[in-house]
Amino acid sequence: MDTLVSVKNVTKTFPVGKTLLGKPDKFVHAVNNVSFDIYKGETFSVVGESGCGKSTTGRLINHLLMPDSGEIWFDGQRIDQMTQAQVRPLRKEMQMIFQDPAGSLNPRMRVEDLVEEPLLIHTKMTKAERMKEVHKLLEIVGLSAKHAQRFPHEFSGGQKQRIGIARALTVKPKLIIADEPISALDVSIQAQVLNLLHDLQKSFDLTYMFISHDLSVVEMISDRIAVMYLGFIVEMAPKEMIYNNPSHPYTQALLSAVPIPDPGRKKERIILEGDIPSTVNLPEGCPFATRCKYCKPECLKTKPEAKEIEPGHVVACHLY
Amino acid sequence: MKQENLLEVKQLRTEFFSSKTSSVTAVNEISFSIGKGEILGLVGESGCGKSVTSLSIMGLLTATSGKVTKGEVLFEGKDLLKISEKEMREIRGGEMSMIFQEPMSSLNPAMRIDKQMIEGIRLHTDLSKEEARKRAAEILAQVGIPDPERVLKNYPHQLSGGMSQRVMIAMAMSCQPKLLIADEPTTALDVTIQAQILDLMKKIQEEKGMSILMITHDLGVVAEMCTRAIVMYAGEIVEEAPIDELFNAPQHPYTKGLIASVPKLGSGVKVLPSIPGSVPDLSSLPSGCRFAPRCKYATEKCRAGKPELFEVGENHYSRCWLASEDRKGEK
Repeated sequence: MDTLVSVKNVTKTFPVGKTLLGKPDKFVHAVNNVSFDIYKGETFSVVGESGCGKSTTGRLINHLLMPDSGEIWFDGQRIDQMTQAQVRPLRKEMQMIFQDPAGSLNPRMRVEDLVEEPLLIHTKMTKAERMKEVHKLLEIVGLSAKHAQRFPHEFSGGQKQRIGIARALTVKPKLIIADEPISALDVSIQAQVLNLLHDLQKSFDLTYMFISHDLSVVEMISDRIAVMYLGFIVEMAPKEMIYNNPSHPYTQALLSAVPIPDPGRKKERIILEGDIPSTVNLPEGCPFATRCKYCKPECLKTKPEAKEIEPGHVVACHLY
Repeated sequence: MKQENLLEVKQLRTEFFSSKTSSVTAVNEISFSIGKGEILGLVGESGCGKSVTSLSIMGLLTATSGKVTKGEVLFEGKDLLKISEKEMREIRGGEMSMIFQEPMSSLNPAMRIDKQMIEGIRLHTDLSKEEARKRAAEILAQVGIPDPERVLKNYPHQLSGGMSQRVMIAMAMSCQPKLLIADEPTTALDVTIQAQILDLMKKIQEEKGMSILMITHDLGVVAEMCTRAIVMYAGEIVEEAPIDELFNAPQHPYTKGLIASVPKLGSGVKVLPSIPGSVPDLSSLPSGCRFAPRCKYATEKCRAGKPELFEVGENHYSRCWLASEDRKGEK
C-alpha cells in the first residue's frame, strides 16, 4: 500500500504561564512522540477523549501548527519545516472539515461564493467554469442549485456541514481531515452525513483522517484506528483487531463505556476510577497508570514502548 | 399504570411569545406520568421540546418568553402550575431537583463549593451551618468524590467536567428529592466519565428509591438506564413504550428511523439507514402528521389529518395512522 501521510516521532507542546521575565514556565504536552502512517484510499481514525491531542495531531498534518520535533511527510515531501508559502500549493491536496459547520462558514457570503472561493485561489478557471463546478458539487453533496444564492444562516446544521464538505471537495484533494464532522449534528442527520462521506470516498478517491470521540461512528467508517490518551498513541491497529481484540486497558475501558442502544445486550462494564491527569504535568511512567487496574510498580516508573503484538497491531503497555 | 404515580403531566402546552399575538408552541399538549422509583426516558432531537418540558415542570420558564398556556403538572396530586412562587421554591431543590447538561455554567463561578452547597441545604432544612457542611461532605463522598474536604474548598473552575457534574448531582441529592430531572446530564462528558456518572445515578436511584426523568438524545443512555421511555418529535409525544418493547418493536416510523440511524458498536455495518430531510420549523408546521414530510409510509390521510396517540400494546402508544388500523382505543 502507498503511504500518503507519514508522521514520525512528532511532539508538540504549548506554553502556558509565564515567569517574571516573561518566559513560559509550564507546557501543555499536547502530542508526545507520535508516529503513524496513513495509506492512500483508507480511512484512518484517531479516537480519544477530550484533551487527548487528537485535534492537535490533525492540525499538525494540515500545517496549521508546527511540531516541536519529529517529521511529517505528505505524498513524498517533508512538510513540517516548510514555510507557509511553500505549503500553499499543497493546501489543495489536503482539506479540512470542522466540527462546527456554522463557525467555519463566513456568514456574510452566499453559498456559491463560499464554495467558489477555493477554486478562485487554487485554479485558473473562468467564472463560468467555476460556477458550473460549484453547482455540480452542491448537487453531489445533496443540495440543489436553488440553494446557491442563500446565506449560511438559512441552512440547518446538517446542510451547513454539506456546504463545508462541498467546499473541501472543490480542489479535488487527496486527503480530507475531518475533525469531529458529525458531533454537532442531530442523530438522524448524523447518519445522512456519514453516508455521504462514505459515498464520496469512492467517487472522489479520497483518503480520510477521521478525528472522533465516538467509537460506534469510528467503527463504521474506519479501516485503521489509533487510540490516543494524554497525547500518546496507546494502541493502533486495523479496525477488526481494535474491536475484537482490544489490548490496551484504556481501549478496553473505552469500548466497554459506550452505551449500546439495545436493552437486551447487557454487558460487563469497566468503570474507570478517577479523572484524566493534566497534560501540564505528565506522569513519569505510563500515562494511563493512574487509572489502570493492572498497574504495576514498573508502570509508574518507565513509559512503555510501542510493541507489535500481532501484524499491524501496536500496543504501548507493559503487559505485553 | 398500576404503581402509584409521583408526577402526572396532563395536556401540558408551552408557548413562546415573540409579541403579544404571535407565538410558537414548543410543547403541544403532552401527557405522561412517572411512577415512584421509576426512571423514565424522554428522547428526541434538538428542538423537539424535551428541555422545555422539563423547564415547564420545574417552573423555570420565567426567565424566558415562554409560558405554560394549558394543562396540569401534578406532583403528588398537587398542581405545580397553580401554587405560588414561594411554595414552588420549597419544592424545587427540595422534593424535586434538577441537573443540567453544562455543570460548569450551572455552578456559581465566584462561590466556593461549600458555600453553594450549604446555601442549598439550609434553604430546605433547619440544619446549622456546621451540620450542613458536614452533610455536604457526606454527600460528596457518596457520589464518589475521593477528597470531599478539598473539593468543598475549591472554586468550580478548579474542578474537571466529571467532578463538577458529580458536585451538581451531590447538590441535587442533598435534600433527598423524590424526583430528579436530569437534562442531558452526561452529554458534555467523555465516555469513560459518562459511564461513571450513569453508574452513580443508577446506584443512588436504587438506594433512595427516587424517580428520575432522564432527558437525552442518546438512545444508548436510554437503553441502559430507563425502564420506560417517551419519544418526542416537533413538540409532541410520538411514541411511549416500556424500554424493551421500544427497542425491539418500535411502532412509530420516526422511532424506527431513529433507532436504525444510530451506529451500534459491533454491528459491522458500513452504511446506515437515515431519515431524509430535517426537523420541521415549529413556526411553520405541516398541517397533518408532523412527521409526514419525512416519512416513507406517508399517505394522503397522514397529510390531511393529525393522528392521535393510539394504544398499540400494553402501555405502548404510537401517534401514527398505521397504528390505528385494526386496533382500537385511544389514550
